[in-house]
Amino acid sequence: MNWAKRIAPTVNSIPPSGIRRFFDIAAEMKGVISLGVGEPDFITPWHIRESCIYGLNRGQTAYTSNAGLLELREEIAKSLYNDYEVSYTPRTQILVTVGVSEGLDLALRALLSPGDEVLVPEPCYVSYKSCVTLAGGTAITVPTTMDNAFRITAAQLEAFVTPRTKILLIGYPNNPTGAVMSREDLLDIARFAKKHDLIVISDEIYAKLTYDGTHTCFSSLPDMMDRTIVLNGFSKAYAMTGWRIGYAAANPDFIGAMTKIHQYTMLCTPITAQVAAIEALKHGEKSAAQMTTEYNQRRRLILNGFRQMGLDCFEPKGAFYLFPSIKQTGLTSLAFAEQLLQIEKVALVPGDAFGESGEGFVRCSYATSTVNINEALIRIGRFVVNLKNR
Amino acid sequence: MKELLDLLEKDYTQSPDQLAIMLNIPVEEVIKLIAKFKQEKIIVKYQTIVDWEKAGIEQVTAIIEVKITPQRKVGFDAIAERIYRYPEVRSVYLMSGSYDLSVSVEGTTLREVADFVAAKLSTIEGVISTNTNFMLKRYKYAGVIINDMEEQHRLVVSP
Repeated sequence: MNWAKRIAPTVNSIPPSGIRRFFDIAAEMKGVISLGVGEPDFITPWHIRESCIYGLNRGQTAYTSNAGLLELREEIAKSLYNDYEVSYTPRTQILVTVGVSEGLDLALRALLSPGDEVLVPEPCYVSYKSCVTLAGGTAITVPTTMDNAFRITAAQLEAFVTPRTKILLIGYPNNPTGAVMSREDLLDIARFAKKHDLIVISDEIYAKLTYDGTHTCFSSLPDMMDRTIVLNGFSKAYAMTGWRIGYAAANPDFIGAMTKIHQYTMLCTPITAQVAAIEALKHGEKSAAQMTTEYNQRRRLILNGFRQMGLDCFEPKGAFYLFPSIKQTGLTSLAFAEQLLQIEKVALVPGDAFGESGEGFVRCSYATSTVNINEALIRIGRFVVNLKNR
Repeated sequence: MKELLDLLEKDYTQSPDQLAIMLNIPVEEVIKLIAKFKQEKIIVKYQTIVDWEKAGIEQVTAIIEVKITPQRKVGFDAIAERIYRYPEVRSVYLMSGSYDLSVSVEGTTLREVADFVAAKLSTIEGVISTNTNFMLKRYKYAGVIINDMEEQHRLVVSP
């Protein structure tokens, strides 16, 4: 029996994550220094972990309401207001999700009908396109370039709009490029969204990891509150990746529709993570700021290292990734990453895993110790020099 | 300045070059600042934290609560100095509460520490009483967990 043939065509049509293949090779090797990790190297701050343990001791082990503990939604609304001056009503405009990943899936499924198009600037997070496909939509990718610091402009987007375009899906600060969009940059996009009556899904998971400037929440822009679904979470800012907790903030209609899917598929986000998230929002500001300071120091260290190797590299202003161009080596992203892993035992992620426009680049995560960064820089430098001398 | 001190407190072995890059200031500035910190004793000393137990070297530490009579003009400081000058004394703090000085003393044997308290510490003029507590285990020192079992459990490559 050929069971593979019985898999739904939509699922067959999407590729497995490009990162996965690489992981399988790297995981088997010894002595690998990894710049391939898309999560903080900090362990969740103790006060957050402790609050979860305390909650468990008191018997907090039950379902919560579908949308999440009201106390948590209130804290989320408060933090959105304090950080970006956007007002959301906790009861109707905030939904606690299993990470931004679930939030994105819910938003797309709530909005898309077959044939609807979603504009997705690339390079982008690995799940965007596949989630659009799984939700029955069509992802229309819009390439961004290093020349424009991997930002997207309305002019670029205009070329890809059709009558079927319904959603613009953006993620800044960006994984994998580390690009950010200033308020002015985003205003340009906001005017574009309004002109074409698009819904904007804004993945702002790296918002707190913004260096040299402040993050602008997309819904804080004029007329964007109602047409934006803001997705955010706790993974990056509070080093809580494994807890799987995030949230969506949007108008009551969107949140209502997303909650409907969420209640049948997920029921609720684990209460343990919700309890910890309350603590993170109430008392986590100091630890989050400390981590951001450290990332910023490492960002400068790794950027300097790559530039000294003579590789083209734009300065990332957010997240914890550097996205150097390896075009001058003459290798493809995949060949560069594979050879580097085999020869020097440094793992990083080929840029094409994040879309076609990521070809010619590699993603280097600096969410690792300075000792590791220095050693990785030595090895990559040696690798690049040997390539030139070949 | 605070950021530089934070970095040095965490790991003083980082080179001025690296510190300059990480802080985005010229390396000459880093060298100048470190020299200034040392000269002004803002950086008091660079030190290594050793787990003597793991090294297999016996050590006994006592934390002694000392009550003293403050003296005219110099308050607690003069007696504190007479105590902290002893090399056996690892730390001295002036405390609020039921006693005045918290003194930690280190020795190789229990007898050695006890002798120090009896013969040296309690005989100092102005010391009213001592209450000696022997330390059983050191879990954390100077912000560092001594035998930290916490581990990273990250995947090698992740999205």
